[in-house]
Amino acid sequence: MSETTKSTTATLDEKVATAGPDSPPGGKGRSVRPVGLGGGAGGAGGTAIGVGIATIFLSAVVLIPLAAVIWKGASQGPGGFWDAITTPDAWAALKLTVIASLVVALVNLVMGTLIAWVLVRDSFPGKGLLDLLIDLPFALPTIVAGLVLLTLYGTDSPLGVSLAYTRTGVVVALLFVTLPFVVRTVQPVLLELDKDMEQAAASLGAGNWTIFRRIILPNLVPAMLAGTALAFTRAVAEFGSTVLISGNVPFKTQVAAVHIFGQIESDNTAAAAATSTALLVLSLLVLLTIDLMRRWGARRG
Amino acid sequence: MAKHGMRVIVLTYLLFLLILPIGLIGWRTFGDGPGPFIDALTTHSALHAFQVTLVVAGWAVVLNTLFGVLAALLLVRHDFPGKRLLSALIDLPLAVSPVVVGLALILVYGAFSPAGGWLEGRGIQIIFSTPGMVLATVFVCLPLVVRSIVPVLEEMGDEQEQAAQTLGAGGWQTFRRITLPGIRAALGYGIVLSLARALGEYGAVAVVSGRTVDQTQTLTLFVEERFENFDVQASYAAALALAVIAVASLLATKLLRPKDGS
Repeated sequence: MSETTKSTTATLDEKVATAGPDSPPGGKGRSVRPVGLGGGAGGAGGTAIGVGIATIFLSAVVLIPLAAVIWKGASQGPGGFWDAITTPDAWAALKLTVIASLVVALVNLVMGTLIAWVLVRDSFPGKGLLDLLIDLPFALPTIVAGLVLLTLYGTDSPLGVSLAYTRTGVVVALLFVTLPFVVRTVQPVLLELDKDMEQAAASLGAGNWTIFRRIILPNLVPAMLAGTALAFTRAVAEFGSTVLISGNVPFKTQVAAVHIFGQIESDNTAAAAATSTALLVLSLLVLLTIDLMRRWGARRG
Repeated sequence: MAKHGMRVIVLTYLLFLLILPIGLIGWRTFGDGPGPFIDALTTHSALHAFQVTLVVAGWAVVLNTLFGVLAALLLVRHDFPGKRLLSALIDLPLAVSPVVVGLALILVYGAFSPAGGWLEGRGIQIIFSTPGMVLATVFVCLPLVVRSIVPVLEEMGDEQEQAAQTLGAGGWQTFRRITLPGIRAALGYGIVLSLARALGEYGAVAVVSGRTVDQTQTLTLFVEERFENFDVQASYAAALALAVIAVASLLATKLLRPKDGS
């Protein structure tokens, strides 16, 4: 309750602040607002048409289809839903997905922060190129990512390390596609970090580790957690990169998205919808947590 | 010392996760010279896959750009009830698994659903056909254009637009002469992001396309199908072509990225 009040006041303050210098003296500042698209069609009317079009488009592409998944998933009641996601193969796939995603999130938390640190604070030849390469997993099609990893870690691996059809292989594929999340959320925070505080701490006799733990880490934690949560949701949803390397072995390497794909292929859309609903709920919960964390961080900041 | 240690850890991690695999695929593809690479990409199926990919990605990017500009203008320049909900819903596709996207579209537009059946009766096939693949691609790219433009629109402010309107410019003229030049770089950035994502989408398209060779097979589906059929050369060649597109789009986004944006 107080949360809502607080955010409302904040936005009101912002509005007042932005309206401040430009608004005519004594004017409300708010009345000279509606311009831009559809301004010619007359303010409110233009807005209504725009909102209408956007809503229809969003409904046709996103909302109605997603609602249909949840509707179908829930159509047999809570008992039926529970039965559908606890069939041995569906449950094994969901469990593997959650556990692998947790492992991936944790590795990303540590390695992502470390990579961001090296990219910001260290300097060596080729750093610029490395910085550019970090985004490659986002740009590379997921199926290509899977193929690329299978080339190095497949059955005829030139390194002699075969991860094909293993759970480790799944984790490596997920690590590849989620690489940029933590790096790219921590990096800007690290760049903006004020070095004065670190110098002050050092002049007061704090060692490197103490400075990191007491000064740097507290500033990075919100970004680290946000990036980790994003990596987790991406790992939970991932399909393309795991298809080839996992070999799709039920009970062993089959992740939830691949399991759903198999159910769709065998026309078992009700079971697919139930597992999909479970994945959707999981992702939404994590996103909601990020949002709450962000607000909590903003309030403390 | 600790500094060097961290550098070594980071470089080793990236070497084995990122650099070696990508380098290896280039080496494997060109191991026997460029001849087999070109042969593999000029077969009938490969060329057809290129064509399908371009058609689907083209439509998806056009639709996504129109919706993106409209939604960004609404979110930044207009007030209406449900604005925060619209904003949250636009980000939703990022959290949805591509396979779930495909399933969602099948449930609504498949031949056995009311809407899909109705359209089918009028000779319009959505699922297992190009419109469904476009819908799936639009779904996964949805937030990219909006989120690229919104910060720039916010920073730009609306003083210039107001000035233009005071001087008698209509809505369309204001948009074309004032707003559009202001968001041009950000819009380009969003379009490149969408295009890269659209060309590379696999999961959602795999579900809704029916994966018919020479009909609804995109380049990413071609990579998977060739690999499963032990035609590794063609699979690597197409994968490398997609990787080149990815790198090109990455470089383009670096050039277009708004300098003071986040």
